[in-house]
Amino acid sequence: MKKNANAYWGKTKNHMIVTLLIWFFFSLVIFMFGSDLNTMSFLGYPLAYYMTAQGSLLAFVVLLFWTANKQEKIDHEHGYNEREEN
Amino acid sequence: MFKGGFINNLPKIYGLYTGGFAIFIILMAIAEQMGMSAKSIGVMFVGFTVLIYALIGYLSRTVQVDAYYVAGRQVPTVFNGMATAADWMSGASFVALAGGVYFGGYTYMAFLVGWTGGYVLVASLLAPYLRKFGCYTVPDFIGTRYGGNLVRACSVFVLFIASFTYVTAQINATGTIASRALGIDFELAVWVGLISILICSMLGGMRAVTWTQVAQYIVLIVAYLLPVFWIGSKVGGNFFPHLMLGDEVARIGDLEQQFGLVKNSAADMASVKDSVKGLKYISGAHSEVPDGGMAVWKYISLAICMMVGTASLPHILMRYFTTPSVKAARKSVAWSLFFIFLLYSSAPMLATLSKLSLIDPNLATGIIGKSISEVQALEWVQRWSEVKQVFIADFNGDGILQLNEFFMRGDIVVLATPEIAGLPFVISGLVFAGGMAAAMSTADGLVLAISNALSHDIYYKIIDPKADTAKRLIVARVLLVLIGAAGAYIASFRLTSILGSVAWAFDFAMSGLFFPLVLGVWWKRATREGAIAGIMAGILSGLAYLLYVYPKFSIAIWGVAHEPWLGIDHLRFGMIGAPVCLVVMVVVSLMTKEPDAATQRMVDETRIPSGKAVLGKQH
Repeated sequence: MKKNANAYWGKTKNHMIVTLLIWFFFSLVIFMFGSDLNTMSFLGYPLAYYMTAQGSLLAFVVLLFWTANKQEKIDHEHGYNEREEN
Repeated sequence: MFKGGFINNLPKIYGLYTGGFAIFIILMAIAEQMGMSAKSIGVMFVGFTVLIYALIGYLSRTVQVDAYYVAGRQVPTVFNGMATAADWMSGASFVALAGGVYFGGYTYMAFLVGWTGGYVLVASLLAPYLRKFGCYTVPDFIGTRYGGNLVRACSVFVLFIASFTYVTAQINATGTIASRALGIDFELAVWVGLISILICSMLGGMRAVTWTQVAQYIVLIVAYLLPVFWIGSKVGGNFFPHLMLGDEVARIGDLEQQFGLVKNSAADMASVKDSVKGLKYISGAHSEVPDGGMAVWKYISLAICMMVGTASLPHILMRYFTTPSVKAARKSVAWSLFFIFLLYSSAPMLATLSKLSLIDPNLATGIIGKSISEVQALEWVQRWSEVKQVFIADFNGDGILQLNEFFMRGDIVVLATPEIAGLPFVISGLVFAGGMAAAMSTADGLVLAISNALSHDIYYKIIDPKADTAKRLIVARVLLVLIGAAGAYIASFRLTSILGSVAWAFDFAMSGLFFPLVLGVWWKRATREGAIAGIMAGILSGLAYLLYVYPKFSIAIWGVAHEPWLGIDHLRFGMIGAPVCLVVMVVVSLMTKEPDAATQRMVDETRIPSGKAVLGKQH
């Protein structure tokens, strides 16, 4: 039981780290290179402008749905999924 | 028609509500055609929607503790997402965000990234674990995890400072919108706003706030998106502005070149000082990224403060205590961000459309480059000049309006763009209702967060643990009214200007709460002494730095204004508080005795989704 709990927490931790790395990339890394990115364009917008106005925001939304689904899978693998009450 | 309980029928109920709201808008549009005055339309919109919220608040009344504090933990994922989005998007988001982008361009949009990216931290570090814990309030988690009244009281202290800073701004916004829409004095409007806020929350606590917030979200998102899409199709025929404004952004860049981005001289600004108080003119580029390492650092540090602050604000975290399961709490964060994204991604589009319609001389609505007398004859310019929201100067004396000679308040972008673009007034009425919904929903969440922490954590847990349910709920309601009244009192005397910015609430929260919350879940070795030292060191160092760096405060205390250290100005003081909190908390934790076995087991329980909550259903 203890072993399972540790394995579960290890996976959950790794998943958290992966999520935060993606978050770090879209929230901070790309804006460290804002003026370089802005010479490229996406949908006709300068790229850095697009990312701060819409792109990163959208990336966060997608990331959150992905990360929630992935975590549910980890819950199932280790038998920690909740019993549905209704 | 409605089989099963209220919860099972939510889609139907809110579907009907949305349909009813659409019919109301159409009726108002017809009334406008038949000659109803602009003022009555504004009154109808605000009055009608507020009455609906009050009705929902009354119907959700409750005498149960868990319904009052956490809506009985039965709010479905998607609806909790909508409620959180309304809770989150304040009057300032609704009214001022597009204006901020309009004047601030790329640099300002660090707020957009910060106010959305923070939800990734909420979802991966906190929300599911706090839900599993089963607490009623955020200090309830800290008080139980670390054990003891002192640490509980410290976290209530931080919560109070952060949330109260925020709530006065919200009550101020409700007052501003109510006074414009209803045509009454601001001082009176603040109290009208407060009464509306209290009706929504007093009888049903979290349960009532949840169901009104869902209703408020629907109103505010319709009110924001309808004009954006309408104006988008009017200006250049872009039926889906989010994907199609590339040419418009480029055109703004060209026009900026053509007119020249001029910074007004100090002498010019001094000559119009009284007329342009609180107004701005375009002096920065729309889509260009400013050069230099300092500019990058300023962008990134602001984004960090807003993200970490988001993940520490109690009124947001407590929304995830209301879901039926841990799984639902995670998904609910994703839905919240989706609903927030709908508005936030539209703000830059609205700013672009609005700017282009004002500065493009090829458009009928353009005013820059036209003769000043011609512009001053425009109806909307006259109307907004009268209330000192718009000002026109002629610094170079050529009789032609230049980019740097047109001043306006940022709020105008949302409040007046429909009018400028020639949309019917019914849309402006709708926008008033949306702004009111946004300000009310956030104020409700904040007032409830404060009064719940005081009633549950201070009164029930510390002062009178033997109090029965009826007494606890009476205390909770009395505190709710007192906190609201205190906020309104401060707002009505316009003392809010001493509170520089809503960004402060984020900095306070991140300074004192972020690391104690995160380490409480993720680091078993974190001790009570560490938490107490961390919270106090974080909030006090943050506060001290704010006093040092904010000119108004530092002049009052030291007689001089200090240069910000490493570009960390008053909007970013959490960059000082949070690291201090982390270091002190880790060092003190390592110096004190490891938490006992019971506490460690409690943390283990928190980390897995299944099984019983740490705190029982009634506690």
